[in-house]
Amino acid sequence: MAGELLRLALGAVRAHRLRSFLSALGIAIGVAAVILLTSIGEGTRLYVVSQFTQFGTNIIAINPGRSKTMGIPGVLGGSTRKLTIDDAEALTRIRGVEVVVPVTMGLGAVELGGRSRSVTILGATPDLPVLWRFGARQGSFWPRGDPRQGGASAVLGPKLARELFGERSPLGAVVRIAGGRFRVVGVMQPKGQMMGFDVDDIAIVPVASALRLFNQDELMEIDLVYANARDTARVEAEVKRVLIERHGDEDFTVTTQEAMLDVFGNVMDVLTTAVGAIASISLLVGATGILTMMWIAVGERTSEIGLLRAVGATAAQVQAVFLAEAAALATLGGVLGIAIGLGGGLLLRLVVPGLPLETPLRFVLAGLAVSAATGLVAGVGPARRAAALDPIDALRAE
Amino acid sequence: MIRLVDICRTYDLGGNPVRALVDVTEEIASGEHLAIMGPSGSGKSTLLHVLGCLDRPDAGRYELDGRDVSALDDDALSLLRRHTIGFVFQSFHLVPRLTARENVELPMVFAGVPAAERRERAMAKLRAVGLEPRASHRPDQLSGGERQRVALARATVLEPKLLLADEPTGNLDGASGRHVLEILSRMNADGLTLVVVTHDPAVARRARRLIVLRDGHVVFRGSGEQIHEAVELLSTGDGEGDAAPAPGRP
Ligand SMILES: Nc1ncnc2c1ncn2[C@@H]1O[C@H](COP(=O)(O)OP(=O)(O)OP(=O)(O)O)[C@@H](O)[C@H]1O
Ligand SMILES: [Mg+2]
Repeated sequence: MAGELLRLALGAVRAHRLRSFLSALGIAIGVAAVILLTSIGEGTRLYVVSQFTQFGTNIIAINPGRSKTMGIPGVLGGSTRKLTIDDAEALTRIRGVEVVVPVTMGLGAVELGGRSRSVTILGATPDLPVLWRFGARQGSFWPRGDPRQGGASAVLGPKLARELFGERSPLGAVVRIAGGRFRVVGVMQPKGQMMGFDVDDIAIVPVASALRLFNQDELMEIDLVYANARDTARVEAEVKRVLIERHGDEDFTVTTQEAMLDVFGNVMDVLTTAVGAIASISLLVGATGILTMMWIAVGERTSEIGLLRAVGATAAQVQAVFLAEAAALATLGGVLGIAIGLGGGLLLRLVVPGLPLETPLRFVLAGLAVSAATGLVAGVGPARRAAALDPIDALRAE
Repeated sequence: MIRLVDICRTYDLGGNPVRALVDVTEEIASGEHLAIMGPSGSGKSTLLHVLGCLDRPDAGRYELDGRDVSALDDDALSLLRRHTIGFVFQSFHLVPRLTARENVELPMVFAGVPAAERRERAMAKLRAVGLEPRASHRPDQLSGGERQRVALARATVLEPKLLLADEPTGNLDGASGRHVLEILSRMNADGLTLVVVTHDPAVARRARRLIVLRDGHVVFRGSGEQIHEAVELLSTGDGEGDAAPAPGRP
């Protein structure tokens, strides 16, 4: 019976192609908008998550200053201690911690002979490859030692190396970095953009040397990699305990990778809800189209309804006929909308090649389900009207 | 098969009651062929609708196959129409976007007959009315006579006991009208109870029994051969009830 009703419904929809198309257009546009927006949202989410997690997920970042919500660091807190390499060394003693990388950063020129290139200069330790999960392609980082001692070794990003040395090997060469003399001991693997900056175009030097070059007395960040994801809470607590012990106050901010992903997840949830709200408005508009169309159809086909009753259709069956028709109409709109949404996505990718787009199958299925449901809801009124018609009056209508 | 006792049906037309049927008492035997005549507005269609369980009388008793129909609810009446009663209308009432076969299948759709069986039975009925080659044509590709034959096939596809025809030849020319009437006669000969509303004496004459309505009253009862009396009665425009013999008699 259900399949038969659907066949009847599709026949009725087909009988007025243009009209059906127009009345389903609202749903189609709504579904297309949802598919497109959620595809961009999902693509963005996956892109950002992949950016975060390319470092691995067992990472804790410590930054100087109390977290942003507490105001400007040092202004309210009073005695803000600096975040130092000694702090980083103290953290290495926490159980389960694999590496601790003290990090600072600045802009400076890297010079070789007559050539000069202005790049980001990163102060770090030879443990950086453990944190980043990629390391030197050529040569290697300088040997591990006391990070408080600087050194005159540098690792270059591949792009920087190519710009300065061309096809020659930079290993062993001496370059000037922000005024200091460094010997090139390694070239990084190419990586491209990472968190929005070009890691192929940087110079990495020992963190103590970098602090000296930039005349800084404080680290920008300490990154900590721990072995086991289950330890997140404990490691975080111990980091705080150790640093509070050293600083006498919580004048720093600890961010776990998990927390960052959570925050991001919350942001995406809010966005998804907003998109959903917009979508439901457009579906409401679409539903009005279906409602109008079905109302007209019931009026036009009054004598047909009378005939159906005369050949033995119950009121409920007549209602089901029109409900099926409304649902079929809306689902066709949904199919159209999905096609437009996916097509629009492809088009958008041609225009904006970098745009992350991802359309999970469940979005498509949800689009179909929601349009069918919208059709059913929109069809209830007209279908009830059809079912409530008096058979004689209906037959008389011509 | 059918027993009507003091059936009344009054319509309310903007406060004015229109008495479409007044105390109609009638019996129709199984396998009978009854013609209903009468001037326009005399209540013929109303009587047919009451017989067909499409309309409910305001008063009186209607027994169909020994069951008191007046007590049934809407769903039960739908089932009764589906399986026991077939309708044929002057204006055919075919669904324009469905083919002839699909139109014939329609009652079976609501009866839940499986698709393959439906198709087979519809084709058999179309064959019986001589329209098998036209099975995939839509109503607008068929002549009036062919449309009415499709409607006949549809009305009888679930093998009802009672066929009700309201001016079945009213929209047809002589030849196609006769064709339709021959099919009706044949069905009646096969045991189908047939009630035909008509203005046409040639149609009424074929019936075994004949009644004439005027202003909702049965004013004449006779056999098909007494058609001349009926026509005379209709043309004089009087004869209130006097010519009507006792109900239940041919
Ligand atoms: N739904 C209705 N509402 C109001 N009045 C009605 C309704 N149906 C029928 N009538 C009235 O009841 C009376 C009988 O109508 P009916 O249709 O039975 O006549 P009929 O004999 O079939 O006429 P015709 O030969 O023109 O078809 C008429 O006066 C008609 O106007
Ligand atoms: Mg009539």
